[in-house]
Amino acid sequence: MSNEQIKGSSIPDRRNGSIARIIASWEFLLLGVAILIFFLNVQASPYFLDPWNLSDATFNFTEKAMIAFAMAMVIIAGEIDLSVASIIALVSTCMGFAVQLGADTTTLIIVALVVGALCGAFNGFLVAGLGLPSIVVTIGTLSLFRGIAYIILGDKAYSGYPTDFAYFGQGYVWWVITFEMVLFVVLAIMFYVLLHRTSFGRSVYAIGNNPTAALFSGIRVPRVKFILFVLTGVLSAIAAICLTSRLGSTRPSIAVGWELEIVTMVVLGGVSILGGSGKILGVAIAAVVMGMVTFGLGLLNVPGIVMSIFVGLLLIGVIALPILLRRFRARLVTSTGR
Amino acid sequence: MTLLTKRDALLGCALLALLALVYTRFPAFVSAKSLLGVFNDTSILIILALGQMAVILTRCIDLSMAANLALVGMCTAMVNAAFPGVPVPLLVVMAIIIGSLLGSINGLLVWKLDIPPIVVTLGTLTIFRGLIFLLSNGQWVNAHEMSAEYKALPRFDLIGLPVLSWAAIVIVAFMVVLLNRTAMGRAFYAVGGNPSAAIYTGIDVGRTRFNAFALSGAVSGLAGYLWVSRYAVAYVDIASGFELDVIAACVIGGISIAGGMGSVAGAVMGALFLGVIKNALPVVNISPFWQQAISGAAIIIAVVFNARSERRVGRIILKQAEST
Repeated sequence: MSNEQIKGSSIPDRRNGSIARIIASWEFLLLGVAILIFFLNVQASPYFLDPWNLSDATFNFTEKAMIAFAMAMVIIAGEIDLSVASIIALVSTCMGFAVQLGADTTTLIIVALVVGALCGAFNGFLVAGLGLPSIVVTIGTLSLFRGIAYIILGDKAYSGYPTDFAYFGQGYVWWVITFEMVLFVVLAIMFYVLLHRTSFGRSVYAIGNNPTAALFSGIRVPRVKFILFVLTGVLSAIAAICLTSRLGSTRPSIAVGWELEIVTMVVLGGVSILGGSGKILGVAIAAVVMGMVTFGLGLLNVPGIVMSIFVGLLLIGVIALPILLRRFRARLVTSTGR
Repeated sequence: MTLLTKRDALLGCALLALLALVYTRFPAFVSAKSLLGVFNDTSILIILALGQMAVILTRCIDLSMAANLALVGMCTAMVNAAFPGVPVPLLVVMAIIIGSLLGSINGLLVWKLDIPPIVVTLGTLTIFRGLIFLLSNGQWVNAHEMSAEYKALPRFDLIGLPVLSWAAIVIVAFMVVLLNRTAMGRAFYAVGGNPSAAIYTGIDVGRTRFNAFALSGAVSGLAGYLWVSRYAVAYVDIASGFELDVIAACVIGGISIAGGMGSVAGAVMGALFLGVIKNALPVVNISPFWQQAISGAAIIIAVVFNARSERRVGRIILKQAEST
């Protein structure tokens, strides 16, 4: 009983009061973690500070982070999209198919964006149009989209992409600055503006906090959700372009398991899995943190699977911390007799 | 309750229709012997789906089942490889205990810290997989390192059925009794159906969810032994991604992801539906690469259908009552 009461009263607390300030400074805390990991890495390995190494390390997170921005908005709106990695597989397969028909780079980009948008629209139709729970729907489309990629490709692989297509995943804009890095920053700024500086962004928060109230205040809830899923599909397509270009080939098993890594990234970035709160800056920093941890441990010859233990602990710890703080504060309030 | 049986009947019809479809292409598939083979092949999925069902009934979700299975499977394989003298039944008991302890970690985090179950189990999924690597040092435990008894138990013939099938039947019977005849089972439904109302009837919501997670952990542990002994190999990635198949079986079986609705018969048929597709594709000459897309389509159709039948019983009234 007391459990439910605390839950009920904690929603407004998130915005104001001293605890809210700690949560508001989540990005600063993350930034501190990022700097700490950076210096630990510098101490641990002499190869870490090499600019080319650092530049290579960014590939660990840039593609995933692009999707994470869109996923953050979906999660803030109280939904989730687990089909993103499968959209990558389907988009990449369709691009490979187009290459076999002799498509040039421009056509490939158009094919990718259209397929991504269609996949997103399908999710959006099922979730927003039919009002189905997004977690189940996207588990279904996770199977369906990758399944279609398997039907088209089987155990074969597509390669033979045009040479100028390689630029998206392998090109450098200037010195060690990769095209993907620039795209990551540009998308981060675009999503920052979209989420924090437009009425559309405000409506996303409103829907996540209380869909019914949002509806009664004149927000077209289904339409906003539909747009968010299409946006996630398009961003998955952009990530698919970069990844395919970087790998130079397509297999149906491309990007397996990314959906869970991306959700982890978003939640680490301070986005509430229950919806209604979170910032793009946090997601961007969380992406960098995860990328640096992977890279640093990789330099120390720690296998990636062991790193997943840290990521798992970090994920649970990061969520548990504000909850424990809130509970501690609630206990403080009751013990002072107010 | 009438709705549940009606939906189960419809699902049964869908399953029969699927079998009829396979029959037109390959009659030998629909023989008692072949169908028992399909059941045996689907046993592990059925066991896991029933554990997942208990969790979903309480409005939670357990993404860590396959990782739990793999970790426990690796534990039993390593103990068996190091101490072949340990009797296999003891290993099975050990598997169930370790599994339920791992499930209890999920349960405690959900119960005591109120962390959303999807986040908890996403975290423990990766932690369990990492632990397997630490435990095994990335090494495989191969068939020749396991004792003959260890590998033989799931295949052992007992009154015409292998022990693997009997394990699934026992778990089905256990779940039927638990969900329909015990206070704990009814609490699962009450907590998922309406948490606020459950509190007023004196049910501890958090503790009930903890029980569900411990239960799903225990069956994952059992499935861990069965999986490793059946396929006679243990490594980090066994059953990778199987957690989604388990949820798919539940969804096709009509277990409402919103909690509080679903039957054992539904979950079993949902698992069998996937099992029949998996086993039938090769014999009707469809490339096994179609399997994933077909099960994806089946999930989506099932969700659409479930949502429609749920709406008919006036789900909205329930929601309004909750929000006040």
